[in-house]
Amino acid sequence: MSEGARILILDYGMGNLRSVEKALEHVGASAAIGSDPDVIGAADGLILPGVGAFPRAMERIRATGLDELIAERAAAGTPVLGICLGLQLLFEGSEELGGAEGLGLLPGTVTMLDAPGLKVPNIGWAPVRWERDSRLVAGIPSETPFYLVHSFVARPAAEDALGTAEYGERFVCAAERDNVYGVQFHPEKSSAAGLRLLANFAGICAKAPAAA
Amino acid sequence: MPLKRVIPCLDVDAGRVVKGTNFVGLRDAGDPVELAERYDAEGADELVFLDITASHERRETIVDLARRTADNVFIPFTIGGGIRSVSDAQAVLDAGADKVSVNSAALARPELLTELADHFGSQCVVIAIDAKRDLEKEPATSSPTCAAPPGWFGGTWGVYVKGGRERVEGCDAVSWAREAVERGAGEVLLTSMDRDGTNDGYDLELTRSVADAVSVPVIASGGAGELSHLSAAIAEGGADAVLCASIFHYGQHTVAEAKERLAADGIDVRR
Repeated sequence: MSEGARILILDYGMGNLRSVEKALEHVGASAAIGSDPDVIGAADGLILPGVGAFPRAMERIRATGLDELIAERAAAGTPVLGICLGLQLLFEGSEELGGAEGLGLLPGTVTMLDAPGLKVPNIGWAPVRWERDSRLVAGIPSETPFYLVHSFVARPAAEDALGTAEYGERFVCAAERDNVYGVQFHPEKSSAAGLRLLANFAGICAKAPAAA
Repeated sequence: MPLKRVIPCLDVDAGRVVKGTNFVGLRDAGDPVELAERYDAEGADELVFLDITASHERRETIVDLARRTADNVFIPFTIGGGIRSVSDAQAVLDAGADKVSVNSAALARPELLTELADHFGSQCVVIAIDAKRDLEKEPATSSPTCAAPPGWFGGTWGVYVKGGRERVEGCDAVSWAREAVERGAGEVLLTSMDRDGTNDGYDLELTRSVADAVSVPVIASGGAGELSHLSAAIAEGGADAVLCASIFHYGQHTVAEAKERLAADGIDVRR
């Protein structure tokens, strides 16, 4: 299914990329870590990972010119999957640490979890409800738990909300708009369900228009 | 609320699982990674590896363990034993571990907790505490950092290092847990030395005392002998997670059975 799809995990110096790479390899996808423009141009799919603070991540992405490269590939139809902070970076901006602009591939902004009386960050396994059908989550039942570690959440357009979870509020933890996907949870740490999601993404990449 | 967690714990010495295993179908029952894969498949929510290697090559062995685990196991895992500095932690986190657990290194130098939290975030930092019920009536209060609370009248737990052989002078487990969290620990791995290895159940009083004292998740450890003990640690002890070793390693119960029992007792778990 994912045979031949070359997936590039974008390296901008933040976050644990190795686990994502190994999970993709585990489901039979061809994965590599990098940020070289030629490699990005040749990839069938891009994964934007990330752990840490939004403003610093955007700073590094801009400093390396990755923002324009990602925007070009996304516009050309290459599937893009943001994971955790990577999902948040796909949006227009975040209020974290005084605020910063994001990549703007998805409409909406990122704000603090609204969970009065609960511990933030929200850490652990939470059941995720699919709000609609998607090839990204094919074969994964609604309310399957995924592993999350986060303090902020994206507020996408209603039609882009793919999955939601509950923590003080019901928040969007998976988003999709055309070929741009994002998950707040960590599929690479969510056991069989997470591996299935990554396999689905590899399948989407294999069927996407060939890279230029 | 996040789901309550079941966490198998593997003691590892020079890259091999220490406590015996009764699993059938494992190619190599002493390989921590193969055992970890098995637990992942059974539904374990996380894993904890405690490295007890005594040699100076310890750092290499825990980094290698983290790397091999991350290559094959796709649930969060914690590595403890031998983490004494930010660079030790960096090495295992870069290799794919999600959290590091510190015990005696934090007792020797509590600032370590703050340094780790500043670098990696509290969610990466677990304080492991080995506690044992005090028999004497009055605790020593010489330690400025983790003395027993004022007005204490008895029934506290001391903090031990070196596998329970050495008591930390004047240190109270509940106070130490509170201080460790204030300094940056994001989770408490609380082991009852009295119960460890007994199969008599977790020390519920200890678990409850620490769970009530801190604002972060508490992992109950030490003493699980049957599945009802797991439910009690969560329902009565106030634990967010239960750590088990021998109950799983010797094939007495599977993780899936543990989850079934917890769910039957009305506790929300991942299944």
